[in-house]
Amino acid sequence: MSFTTLSLTLLFVFIPLILSKTLHLGLEKDTIIATLRSIIQLLAVGYILKFIFESDSLLYILLMIVLMVVAATLNARKKGANIKGITWKVAITLITVEIIVQSILLGFEIVPATAQYIIPISGMAIGNSMVLAILFLNRFQGELDSHKDETELILSLGGTPKQAIHHQLITAIKASMIPTIESQKTIGLVQLPGMMSGQIIAGADPVQAVQFQLMVLFMLLTSAAVSSSILGFLSYPTLFNDRMQMLKEKF
Amino acid sequence: MNTIYQPAIHFHNIDYEIDGHKILQQITGSFPTGYITTLVGPSGAGKTTLLKLCNGLISPTAGEIYINDKPINTIDPVLLRRHVGIALQSAPMIKGTVYTNLSLPKKLQGISLSREEAISFLEDVGLDQSFLDQDAMDLSGGQRQRVSIARTLVNKSDILLLDEITSALDQNSVKEVENLIVKINKKYNVTIIWITHNLEQAIHIGHYTWVMMDGRVIETGESTFLKLPTKELVRQFVQGGLA
Repeated sequence: MSFTTLSLTLLFVFIPLILSKTLHLGLEKDTIIATLRSIIQLLAVGYILKFIFESDSLLYILLMIVLMVVAATLNARKKGANIKGITWKVAITLITVEIIVQSILLGFEIVPATAQYIIPISGMAIGNSMVLAILFLNRFQGELDSHKDETELILSLGGTPKQAIHHQLITAIKASMIPTIESQKTIGLVQLPGMMSGQIIAGADPVQAVQFQLMVLFMLLTSAAVSSSILGFLSYPTLFNDRMQMLKEKF
Repeated sequence: MNTIYQPAIHFHNIDYEIDGHKILQQITGSFPTGYITTLVGPSGAGKTTLLKLCNGLISPTAGEIYINDKPINTIDPVLLRRHVGIALQSAPMIKGTVYTNLSLPKKLQGISLSREEAISFLEDVGLDQSFLDQDAMDLSGGQRQRVSIARTLVNKSDILLLDEITSALDQNSVKEVENLIVKINKKYNVTIIWITHNLEQAIHIGHYTWVMMDGRVIETGESTFLKLPTKELVRQFVQGGLA
């Protein structure tokens, strides 16, 4: 696709702008900012990726992954502001997911060890892990607030912090994983996944596109399970002190 | 108090504050082993906070607490809480049946409670076995309080902290629970500390009573002092309380 052709697709931006103006939605400014940001960010990434692919340097690949982890961590940590050390806990979670995913994919030579595969797959794994971390932290805080009495009861009866928080932890882990599992049940029926559609449009064999998409889906399941579990088990001890008391400001 | 007794719990200059707000100030005194001590005082006096300190759910900002002469912070929190049981005022229930709730203290130790044992604990608090499989969330306020007491008894603690456990019960049930607590105290020499708003109950059940106001202990002694309080503040509280 040429840039001239691409510019024609801006018609898709004018339609919501006109609708926003006509219906007084007040979304014109946000739409323009979102459009400009997506153009700048994606073009920048495109050129960076082109540079990295051509150089095929391990250092640049690692730098790109570090950048992804840092950006995702800074975004996800906002939801867990009351958890001590949330930044490094989220970072450890994302790095663990990345290590597991790449170990399996590269270790079993499922994909070639090139920037062209490593970087997009890392982006999907880390991005999904970030969303899962946000979902988990949101739900976990809600569970803590609504089950404070239950937590105190279990501690008062001689339970450990882990026992006191077990129900809330498991509920939050399950709740954050459900969207990933549910979306996979209807995949292909309701909509074609973005990566698969992109490959097909770019001329790839649809069956091979499906194979890659399945690989990504399976990877996302691991990413979901590992992210919420690691973050959960790293987070709960910081809610209690060494006398196994609930820290007032956390509940 | 003329009797020489062994303190089950001793407080030495206890302060407790939250965000600079003083909840307890300069609490010094003891709850004697094997006796029932009732705690009375207006709402917000710090009574519940004092009980939670004894069970180790919170720690004092200043001062020392001793459990059977051992500093509380040298006792493993899990063992402390099994040794010093507490029935919380809100009588919280976990999701599941009455049996799920009764067996919780044992489950936390990795052991199970037989249905026969559970029925026996239920009967102690005046509930029959038909309640065992009932959903705990469907219980009335009074039934919840009874199950909460029974659940606290499962750990067979040497010290029992009871936070207004009869407030939601009818008169007959109050008598049953009072008799049960007196029985546990006499039969097993369990030390009881009982917060109550019912001054007649405090006099009738308690061997000793503490009157608390604004985070301070105003007066302590054998519970009968409530009948003829010498301190003006206590007299005002008793007159208001009995009214």
